[in-house]
Amino acid sequence: MDKQEKVIPRGKFAYTYIIFGIIVGIIGTLLQTAFYVKTLYDLPKLLWIVAAVFVIYGIVQIIKAPSIGTDVVLSPKSAKEFLTNNAIMLALMVLVIVIMFIEPRFMQIQVALDILTQSSVKLIVALGICFTLLIAGTDLSAGRMVGLAGVIAGSMLQTETYANRFFPGLPQLPLFVPILIAIVVCLLFGTLNGFLVAKYDMHPFIATLAVQVIVFGACSLYFDLPPNNSQPIGGIRPDYQALGQTKLFAFQIGTFRFDGISVLVPIAMVICAIIWFVLNKTVFGKNVYAIGGNREAAVVSGVNVFATIMGIFILAGGLYGIAGVLETARVAGAGNQYGNGYELDAIAACVVGGVSLNGGIGKIGGILSGVLIFTVIQYGLQFINVSPMWQQIIKGVIIAVAVAIDLSKYRRK
Amino acid sequence: MGEYVLEMNGITKIFPGVKALDNVSLKVRPGSVHALMGENGAGKSTLMKCLFGIYQEDAGEIILDGQTVKITSSKQALDLGISMIHQELHPIRYRPVMENIWLGRFPMRGIAVDKKAMIRETKKLFEEIDLNINPEVLAGTLSASNLQLVEIAKAVSYNSKIIIMDEPTSSLTDNETEHLFKIIRQLQSKGCAIIYISHKMEEILKIADEVTIMRDGQYVGTWPSTELTTDLIISRMVGRDLTNRFPQKDYTPGEEVVLRVKDLCSPLPKSFQHVNLELHRGEILGIGGLVGAQRTELVEAIFGLRAIASGTIEKDGKEIKIRKVADAKKNGIALLTEERRASGVFGILSVLDNTVIASQKDFARNGVLMQGKRYKAAKESNAQLNTKTPSMETLMQNLSGGNQQKVLFARWLLTHPDILILDEPTRGIDVGAKYEIYTIMQDLIHQGKSIIMISSEMPELLGMADRVMVMCEGRVTGVLDRKEADQISVMRLATKFVQ
Repeated sequence: MDKQEKVIPRGKFAYTYIIFGIIVGIIGTLLQTAFYVKTLYDLPKLLWIVAAVFVIYGIVQIIKAPSIGTDVVLSPKSAKEFLTNNAIMLALMVLVIVIMFIEPRFMQIQVALDILTQSSVKLIVALGICFTLLIAGTDLSAGRMVGLAGVIAGSMLQTETYANRFFPGLPQLPLFVPILIAIVVCLLFGTLNGFLVAKYDMHPFIATLAVQVIVFGACSLYFDLPPNNSQPIGGIRPDYQALGQTKLFAFQIGTFRFDGISVLVPIAMVICAIIWFVLNKTVFGKNVYAIGGNREAAVVSGVNVFATIMGIFILAGGLYGIAGVLETARVAGAGNQYGNGYELDAIAACVVGGVSLNGGIGKIGGILSGVLIFTVIQYGLQFINVSPMWQQIIKGVIIAVAVAIDLSKYRRK
Repeated sequence: MGEYVLEMNGITKIFPGVKALDNVSLKVRPGSVHALMGENGAGKSTLMKCLFGIYQEDAGEIILDGQTVKITSSKQALDLGISMIHQELHPIRYRPVMENIWLGRFPMRGIAVDKKAMIRETKKLFEEIDLNINPEVLAGTLSASNLQLVEIAKAVSYNSKIIIMDEPTSSLTDNETEHLFKIIRQLQSKGCAIIYISHKMEEILKIADEVTIMRDGQYVGTWPSTELTTDLIISRMVGRDLTNRFPQKDYTPGEEVVLRVKDLCSPLPKSFQHVNLELHRGEILGIGGLVGAQRTELVEAIFGLRAIASGTIEKDGKEIKIRKVADAKKNGIALLTEERRASGVFGILSVLDNTVIASQKDFARNGVLMQGKRYKAAKESNAQLNTKTPSMETLMQNLSGGNQQKVLFARWLLTHPDILILDEPTRGIDVGAKYEIYTIMQDLIHQGKSIIMISSEMPELLGMADRVMVMCEGRVTGVLDRKEADQISVMRLATKFVQ
């Protein structure tokens, strides 16, 4: 075989991650202590985080090495494979470094936290949509459902003193009631999606397109009810706003101030963990992969395809509902145009994260990185004052390139 | 022109982790039928894909008419005079037959496609090879065997020097196979060479002039077919002697009826009608018949995949209602379908997921999977069947056909069935693995299970079944005991309504 090849047991290879992590950590420490200049901002601390991630990843690899079983092969070929497999991540790193040079202020922990906050709602929508993509479908109604949930929740959770109340006579409801109503409405529309797809074997593209239009119509009708007459909903109650704006762990020691982590981040992480569990550890999740992998074979194996598809769209609807409720709390307002186009962003993030539109392939980790990539790019480009029009073009190019690279993995000659 | 129209020398092709071809040679004389044989996975298809420009060889040379060529695309192969009939047909179902044939080279008049010329050319082509199909019907409405014949016509239409036929008779009846042979003779007389891939020994010995045998990606040798016998071919393909193609029968079927089907009718008039069937405990009931005899449709109806208009199904003397697959599973009936790839395996999922998919609920509490239990069951079930897989996490698509079939057996055994329905259980499986499948079937009988086996391979049907039920055009035309069943009696019943 190839002479330039070197085979290393996976357990041993994992030490490279740990060593690399330690080196990064030391560099961070040196920058923090000996060479600190103000223009480095939080770079040392960010390096520490990177170092920690590498060390933890290395340890996980060592623990899991026996169950993965395969050895690591080092050769020009595997290097090339590594590059194609991680091309998007590497490109993202290059972009981040370039942005850091252009605008050193980018190297702040606050920036990283902002990126996480902005990703949260998008992630929840993407997690909903990923189920529909996994069965080689799609869901075009996602964005409109986000908007609808936001309008419903917002309309019932305005302060008593606000002049343009949606329901002037409405008493102050407990927080959970309107939220529950909003989510239930989305669940119902999700049920409609699922019913059209599962019962009539409609292609999800067209079924969810129909529902998208219906949802927007319904949302606009509701939004146009007198006395509101299609005016933006404002005066959101503080306790509801807190749901999207609270900062956790904020503190100040001397001159050092930490603004805290948005409550949206842990919410999104919990949902992410739940969805990971559902997808990997439940019968339902396995059935989703099976239907996406080979629908015929799933039918023959006795998988309840009808129930699974219904479940997929209902679950997705619920997630859009949650996303909508949080979005309104975050921006402290709602309107029927909110959420427009979120589905396409979510689909793009999933696809860039390695979810196959042919169904059956996709991991939560991939979706998470897909969502983060888009937020980093958007945030980063705004940071260095790239015009929004150029941002659109760059976003489009990234989708095309990412998918092209991803597909080239499967094509073999 | 030299002695050979085509020489492939020292062809090597490496896929990640496997050497699919290792220094393989193939020399084809003009105007000859050259059979290429080997077990599944021996590399026949890969070699042909190298020749047809679908893959590029990593080493070796292809010499066509004395000239070294590098074939990088199928289009180039066609231009060089090589055409190929693929094993799996991919017709464009909603376009007419003729468009399927002339795709990529439509006759033109100015900027428009010349439909009249296309009809004329197609008719001429069909007449040439004695085919009676209307060029304007949609390809999707044709039967599998007619599609195969259309595909052959298409290959002929390129006026190629070399035609590769990859399992051309897999969906043809005996009569149609004869028809194909006539076409082949005709092509031969025009100087066209045929590379013929098939698993059917009788066919090879009849039609081929020379036989090249491959094993595990390596070249074994080339012999004139007159020097070969079925046993000789098999032993060279397998690399060992196969004295018996079927395991010795060492059981006596019971008398008790486990499954009784009474007067079962499909809502479709052309499908199965008035079928009566009895399956005894501990027996293998073979179902024979031609392609299109509605055997698959019948067992799929018993399994809840197709609608039933009238008739009853009894298990252990009690009537059962089967409306969906879950009902069949609950009643201890399992089905391994005919189309393993289309409706059996999940290629992009792991062996583990593939094994437990039909019995997930047994390994879950409140819908949450118990990973350890699931893994253990899948591992044991596969070990019992001797499935060869690197690990349980290996993707199903990386296993050979025989091992995939074993995983499917493992899948259904985990549902604890009493009755296993096997639809063409050894289709596309190599000789060695076939024997293993037969042994598995016998083991199941020993465990007190009963088997219904559909098979289009006469030796398999006669070699394995305790009784043979024969169908023709949706009706049962007879049930033969093992003793009275032979090639002729089965064929007679299978063609009862065919003129």
